[in-house]
Parts: sequence; C-alpha cells; structure tokens
Amino acid sequence: MSAEAAGIWILAESSSSALTRVSFELLTRGVELAAKRSAQLTALVIGHDLDKAGLNRLTACGADRVIAVEAPALEHFLVEPYAAVMLKMIEKHRPEVIIAGATSLGRTLMPYVAAKADAGLTADCTILDIDRDTGNLLQTRPAIGGNILATIKTPRHRPQMATVRPHSAPPAEPREGRTGEIIRISPPDELLSSRMRRTGFKREESDHPLQDAETVVVVGRGIGRKENIPVAAELADALGAALGATRDVVDRGWLSYPHQVGLSGKTITPKLYIGLGVSGSIQHLAGMQTSQNIIAVNIDPDAQIFRVADAAIVGDLFDVVPALLARARAMGVADG
Amino acid sequence: MRIIVLVKQVPETGAVKMDEETGTMVRAGVEAIVNPLDLYAVEAALALKETQGAEVTAVSMGPPAAAKALREVIAMGVDAGVLVSDSAFAGSDTWATGYTLAAAVRRLKGADLILCGERATDGDTGQVGPQTASFLDLPVATYVSSIDAVTTGHIRVSRLVEEGYEGLDISLPALITVVKEVAEPRLPTLGGKKRARNADIPVWTADDLDVDPGRIGLDGSPTRVVKIFRPQVARKAEMIRAEDESEAAAAAGRVVEFMTDRGLL
Ligand SMILES: Cc1cc2nc3c(=O)[nH]c(=O)nc-3n(C[C@H](O)[C@H](O)[C@H](O)COP(=O)(O)OP(=O)(O)OC[C@H]3O[C@@H](n4cnc5c(N)ncnc54)[C@H](O)[C@@H]3O)c2cc1C
Ligand SMILES: Nc1ncnc2c1ncn2[C@@H]1O[C@H](COP(=O)(O)O)[C@@H](O)[C@H]1O
Repeated sequence: MSAEAAGIWILAESSSSALTRVSFELLTRGVELAAKRSAQLTALVIGHDLDKAGLNRLTACGADRVIAVEAPALEHFLVEPYAAVMLKMIEKHRPEVIIAGATSLGRTLMPYVAAKADAGLTADCTILDIDRDTGNLLQTRPAIGGNILATIKTPRHRPQMATVRPHSAPPAEPREGRTGEIIRISPPDELLSSRMRRTGFKREESDHPLQDAETVVVVGRGIGRKENIPVAAELADALGAALGATRDVVDRGWLSYPHQVGLSGKTITPKLYIGLGVSGSIQHLAGMQTSQNIIAVNIDPDAQIFRVADAAIVGDLFDVVPALLARARAMGVADG
Repeated sequence: MRIIVLVKQVPETGAVKMDEETGTMVRAGVEAIVNPLDLYAVEAALALKETQGAEVTAVSMGPPAAAKALREVIAMGVDAGVLVSDSAFAGSDTWATGYTLAAAVRRLKGADLILCGERATDGDTGQVGPQTASFLDLPVATYVSSIDAVTTGHIRVSRLVEEGYEGLDISLPALITVVKEVAEPRLPTLGGKKRARNADIPVWTADDLDVDPGRIGLDGSPTRVVKIFRPQVARKAEMIRAEDESEAAAAAGRVVEFMTDRGLL
C-alpha cells in the first residue's frame, strides 16, 4: 500500500475563519519537503466560511493545492467530524506525509486520526527531513526535557504523520504571482456527526497568548510577592511580550494557571524568553529550553537557568528591569 | 458510574541530575514514580467518586514493577488496579500502547468515563489518550481544566486552549485528558496504604487480551527511533554582572545590544 502514497500535506488551522500563523510555519516545512521529494504540496483546511484571501495566501506561500472542507458544523474544532473529514481525505488522496501544528487542535486531532489510519505519528518535532528516494520522513524531536534529540522514522506505514512545534520555523512569505488550485468541498452530513457539543468560550484576559508569543517574559519566585508582578508586566508590555510564570508563582496565586510554563504547564518556543527570578528547575526547563534565545536575570550566579541561557545577568531584578526599560525606551525600541 | 484511569509509571525526572560533561541524564538510582500528571486524573476520578458515586479502576501498562504505581493510586482511594504486562508489549510506541490499552478497557467492559494525564513525563507525547479513545471509538476532550457537571449520560467540561477556555458537553462514554488545573491531588491515607498493600492486582498478558500479535510491541509500532543525539549548539551564556545600580545600567545596555544584534526588538 505504501508504494502509491504520494504528496506532502500540511493541516492549516483557522480561528474565526482566518488562518493562524502556524499554518504558514507548516508551509515553510512543507515547501522544503515537497521540493526534496519532487512532490505536490497540499494544504488541508477544515472550517466554516473560510476567508478567500487566506486560502489564496496559502497558495501564494507555497501550496500547490488547497483543499478547504467547509460546513457550519466545522466552524469550531470538534474531534469527531474533523477526524472523519480528514480520514476521508486520506482515503481518497493517500498522501505520503501529513504535518500539523503541535497545538491543542493538532495534538488532539492527529493522534485520533493516526490511530484509525494505521499511521505512525511523532509528537512535537523541531526538525523534519525526508529521504529523497524512500520518502521516509525523518522526524526529530526533543526528549527528556530537551536534553537530547531523537530522530524517528515510520518505515512501513503511510501516511507518515507528525506534529511540529509552533515557532520552530519561520512563517512562509507570499511570492508575487504564485497561485495554485483551490478546491472547496462541502462534506456529506454523515461525516459531521459529533457526540460532543461546544457550549461556550471564555477568552483569557491576556492580549498575548503564551504559546503564540514571539517574546515571553517569565516571572519566577524571585519577584517576591504578588504586588510586584507589575514590574514584570510593564516590561512585557513594553516589549509586546506575553507574561509567563513558574509553578511556584502560580501555586502562590500571583498569576493564574494558564501562565504556567513547564512540565505541568505550557511548552513554549518563543524567539526570546526572558526569565526574571527564575531558578531553572528541570521541570521548568522542560517547557522552555527550546526557546531560540534565552535571557535570564537572577541574583544567584549559580542559578541553573544560566546553563541554558544566552545572556546571564547576575543581579537583582528590581535593579535590572527598570534599567532595561529605561534603556530600551531611550533607544526607542520599546513602547511607553 | 464506572471510571477507568490510565496511569503510567515513569522515572522520577525531578531527582535526575544532569551530567554537565556529557549533557545527559544521570539515571542511576532514579526512582520510578506515578507519572505526576496522572495524579491529576486520579484526583479528578476520586472527586467524582465522592460527588457522584463511582467505581474507579486504574490500568497501567508496563513492566511487572509498575504494579507499585497501581498500589500508590489505590492508596489514594482508587478501588482496583489492573496491570497490563507482557514482554510482547515491550517497545510499544503510542499507537501500539493505545491499541493495547483499548483492548484492556474492552476486557473491563468499558467505562462511563476514562481519564488520562495530559502527557507522560518520559515519552512526553500526550498521544496515548486520544489514540486510546480513537481505538475505542469514543469522543475525546483533551486539556480538560475542570469538570463542570455530570448528568445522566453527559459530562460538561472546560478545556484549556491557546486563547482561553472552551466549554464542551460530551455524551458518555468518553475519554478525557486533564491538566493540572483540574484538581489538587490528595495524599494517600494510612487506611489506603494498608488496602494497597493487600490489594490483588491482576496481571493481563497478551493472551488475556483480544489483540492482534502483529499490532503490539515493537513489531506492531509504526514508528522507530533511529537516532539519539545531543543538541549541537550547547548554549554558552554570556555572563553580565549587575550587582549595583550603575552595573545594572551597563548591563541593560549590553542586553539591549544583544537583543538588537539578534533581531529581537
Ligand atoms: C511534578 C512536578 C511538576 C512541576 N511542573 C512545573 C512546571 O510546569 N513549571 C515550573 O515552573 N515548575 C514546575 N515544578 C516546580 C519546580 O520544581 C520548581 O519548584 C519551580 O520551577 C521553581 O520556581 P521558581 O524558579 O519561580 O522558584 P525558585 O526555585 O524559588 O527560584 C527563585 C529564584 O529567584 C532568584 N531571586 C530571588 N530574588 C531575586 C531578585 N530580587 N532578583 C533576581 N533573582 C532573584 C533566586 O536566586 C532563585 O534562583 C514542578 C515540580 C514537580 C515536582
Ligand atoms: N503505558 C501506559 N499505561 C497506562 N497509561 C498510559 C501509558 N502510557 C500513557 N498512558 C496514559 O496516556 C497519557 C499520555 O501519555 P503519553 O502519550 O505517553 O504522553 C498518560 O498521562 C497516561 O494517562
């Protein structure tokens, strides 16, 4: 069966009918894989009333073909209809590779589909490559809290499926005049049944969702008390960054759980992580070690966090943060 | 109601030290514990037992020593444990693990609700929950942060996603994976520990389950680890001293320069 599977697919994600950033990061990956394998690149989008300009952008950014499956019942992610649609598409087109974002959607839909499709699935890849001849996808992911990397192959099963960490590749940019085929499909009702219903949505107050943020300022217990949180929040605001926290900070009620970064919180891979009074426990490192750049401020020169940092500032955060703000503002590189 | 909790035994990473020379983990003498994220699933099950009345069974797949993990959750208040253990299961990836756990759930004649941790701290994939649900053809909700209501045949939950909390109404039977926010795990009680010591924990092998021998263990696993290596660019931190206010100002300048150089501003 594996002989006939062909084509590289990415799963684009939409939120309120607009495509999310990770969709374009996946295109960057997809374009590379498709070129190596001389294969067609398809972007699959599932949703409702998808914005035409967004679909065109997918082709401008590298997709040879966009398959948009739309129905009111697909407006929000529900695992059963989404999986039914995806399985139908896999059965019909038999792609060789499908990659999706390691988001709350991708991390739910992909395993659900992989189980039923007899497909191998690798979670949270940071590096992807493909063997030109065999089409075997080489999936590399951090293991044991980012301390080692493991490369995984799926030699006999097709499609080969993988989720990819958000922010682990730059988003693809549109190329002038590049177009592709756009197929819009209304699925039959039998694919749309669900034993689950969405009852509502409560948006988190934060303007900068942690996992999407390019810059994250993380508060550790070194901040001392809840009343001092604004010191870090001001820096985050000035840099347009999201605010994260260690578990100790969350357990003390200084910030809420959605801010927690680490083993029992979120895994983040921003371009820039700034830790303020964070010791760098192994559980915390597990959630942030793969950030592209790490700056840490800690009063203790032996703090663990310095082992993964690019810039280690040994000092009191209450001296350093105001100085940093003043400097950044003076240079006109921060707001406020 | 009948509840099944899937718990995995993992090495205690908190106690693991890094070998600074090689950048690898020193695993010697590392204790095996219940996957810390599974304790939240156990607690959620026990809370339902208290409010709704439920019979809670924990299932773990692993080596014989994983019976200890089951005894630990029995000590917390879980009613019974089943160990799924056979050398034929060794080397299972998440696909084969989900396949096997689904067969164990079937042998238990299913449940109204199956609970999993968000992910295991060793494999760190979070795939086994949704895959088990898929093999059982059950609806699944991941990242559940609270169980808001249980009515006949339905459960209402909130789920933590990128931009906030999503509310879901799910018809039972179903599988959910929970995040830390769902509950604060209780400690084992003295009586619980005694019960755990005396508990009879059946061990189910491949022969006891309705599984296809070609779909279990390493052979049944679609994925293969082909290489393990250390990240090449070990970070080398530039140390910047900021021990008083004037040093802080200089340090701030250096940091802004660093961010500018790397295109971070
Ligand atoms: C199963 C399990 C799961 C866990 N999951 C997570 C998780 O998801 N995320 C997480 O973060 N933790 C997690 N932890 C907890 C983790 O082990 C640590 O306890 C926690 O990360 C420490 O948080 P911290 O760095 O804020 O506090 P501390 O370790 O107390 O560090 C505070 C740091 O601030 C420095 N400091 C103090 N004052 C100042 C100052 N004025 N200026 C500058 N620096 C200062 C100190 O030198 C110290 O290094 C988990 C633990 C377990 C057992
Ligand atoms: N071997 C296992 N036995 C029982 N439950 C497991 C096993 N592996 C994984 N699980 C469950 O699936 C969840 C996710 O695990 P993972 O996909 O390995 O990150 C865990 O938190 C457990 O609830």
